[in-house]
Amino acid sequence: MKTHWQILVVDDEEVMCESLAAWLREDGYAVDTAASGREALEKARQKDYAIYFVDLKMPGGMDGIETMMQIRRLHPEASIIIITAYATVDTAITAMKEGAQEYIVKPCNPEEISLLVNRIIKVKNLQRENTILRKKLSRQYHFQDVISKNARMREILNLATEVASLRSTVLIQGESGTGKELVARAIHNSGDRASKPFVAVSCAALAETLLESELFGHEKGAFTGAAQQKPGKFEMAEGGTIFLDEIGDISPKLQVDLLRVLQDRSFYRVGGSEEVRVDVRVVAATNVNLLQAVAEGTFRDDLFYRLNVIEIRIPPLRERREDIPLLAGHFLERLSHELGKDIGEISEGGLKVLMDYNWPGNVRELENAVERAMVTCRGRQLTEDDFSFLAQNQAASRAWTVPAGMTLQEMEKLLIASTIERTGGNIKEAAAVLGIDRSTLYEKIKRYEIAR
Amino acid sequence: MKYLYVGGTPEADPEALTAVRERVGGEFGVPVREVELPGVEFAYDAGRNQHGSIPVLEMLSRQCPADALKLLAVTERDLFIPVLTFVFGHAQLGGRVAVISLARLRQEFYGLAPDREIFLERVAKEALHETGHTFGLVHCPDQRCAMSLATGIRHIDLKDAAFCRSCAAEWRRSSRES
Repeated sequence: MKTHWQILVVDDEEVMCESLAAWLREDGYAVDTAASGREALEKARQKDYAIYFVDLKMPGGMDGIETMMQIRRLHPEASIIIITAYATVDTAITAMKEGAQEYIVKPCNPEEISLLVNRIIKVKNLQRENTILRKKLSRQYHFQDVISKNARMREILNLATEVASLRSTVLIQGESGTGKELVARAIHNSGDRASKPFVAVSCAALAETLLESELFGHEKGAFTGAAQQKPGKFEMAEGGTIFLDEIGDISPKLQVDLLRVLQDRSFYRVGGSEEVRVDVRVVAATNVNLLQAVAEGTFRDDLFYRLNVIEIRIPPLRERREDIPLLAGHFLERLSHELGKDIGEISEGGLKVLMDYNWPGNVRELENAVERAMVTCRGRQLTEDDFSFLAQNQAASRAWTVPAGMTLQEMEKLLIASTIERTGGNIKEAAAVLGIDRSTLYEKIKRYEIAR
Repeated sequence: MKYLYVGGTPEADPEALTAVRERVGGEFGVPVREVELPGVEFAYDAGRNQHGSIPVLEMLSRQCPADALKLLAVTERDLFIPVLTFVFGHAQLGGRVAVISLARLRQEFYGLAPDREIFLERVAKEALHETGHTFGLVHCPDQRCAMSLATGIRHIDLKDAAFCRSCAAEWRRSSRES
């Protein structure tokens, strides 16, 4: 069937317009007509035509060339055939220079039009097939919402599939921005619990008492302001998965409570005396070295071993650079829709900048960089110029001299404090600049006692 | 009861008209009736020395008998639509009327010796093709099918005087609906 390819015939002479349209309809195409350039533009705004036949000479201040130029602004990929009864070399050259795919003189031989349309449709079919195949190829590297062709990541995703239907606890370790929650969601969505809730809790964002109430719920009157009984996240996740992000930051008391849930699958609401039993799978994540925290005595070893039944370590983006073009392309496609910008690709130069950058903030920083470049981009392609801010960041970080005797923690504290100061206390913006998520930033602010 | 009307303009070859009636009657399984049609001189375009097929179709629409399922006209005149140099025939897609021109179906048009057999075979194919359009059939990618597009005489000679399986099925579906 050819009807999925739509054609618009534009000619002020009704008989010319209708006869060509009728002839093309007999060939199986869906054909519309327009009696002027303005009408053609209106129709082009409403429909995506594959081919436009546009008469060169039309009255009303908008001739065929002008109509073609306006259509090409709306649909750069459209094929435009200029038709005219008054052929001159000059008009033919002008038409082709302005982007006409073909230039035909009427009346023309039926074979000429037929071959022309068939040739254009053949190319369009190949382009469409190419797009579909590219999408299929790209989907090969998709696992739920995780995109990667890196061998280590593929192993991780295979492991995630294998353990998806088990109830065993999973501990996901990785730097900020590597996509720990996406992997947790992928595990949940691939298993038997997919139809049940997935509840995510950032353990770093809340104070101990709030987190306790958040996780386990509270009874009416348990504390000031507890006007009624409230179920906690564990109860909300019944039958599904609870994702405990930044697990390394929970207090010793909560570590005990959590250990009890993992051992007995039961807990007490804050202020309650009735045991609540739950069937919840726990997936925990951290960007700190929990084993070291165990060695230092800040994290219970029994809880660590309970959590670390299945261990997943997500490599940072700099260790899987082959994913950078794939991820950048994915963000470009998604953000094009969200931002309403028609930016189709990243130039070779632009990709080189992305490949050379170190990505301390990992995939999240890459996403932010693509978005920032798209916001300022004026063309249809992201080039190295659009990513110049990355080179500046890198150069600035190289030029900075580390004060002698400064510890890593002191340096991190200094960086966070100065970033928050620069963003005027805007935590969301500071987190984006630092390339970490907000919960991680809150946790670090708390840990370093940074004034906001 | 509806009929498939076939009519020739006054100058049309009577043997060609008979061939058309027999072929369309056989293929479409509808009783065929003859109808007398006026000449198409009104559609003459002196600039092109051809007859416009669009005014001819308009005339046929007016002449179409009330009990006509379809009306197929046969003329000797060379036909054209404004955008093309010529057409072998023209039909209202999914409509009631169609016309075929005999002018370019003869061997003599191409400077060759006359051949009645080839001529009548071409006439039958074109009659099926244009009538097929009135049943809503569009061009078929199978070059052997009567509904395949012919932009030159060699294309018509490559066709069979019959529909392919898929077009025949499409015609049956369309005729059940009409």
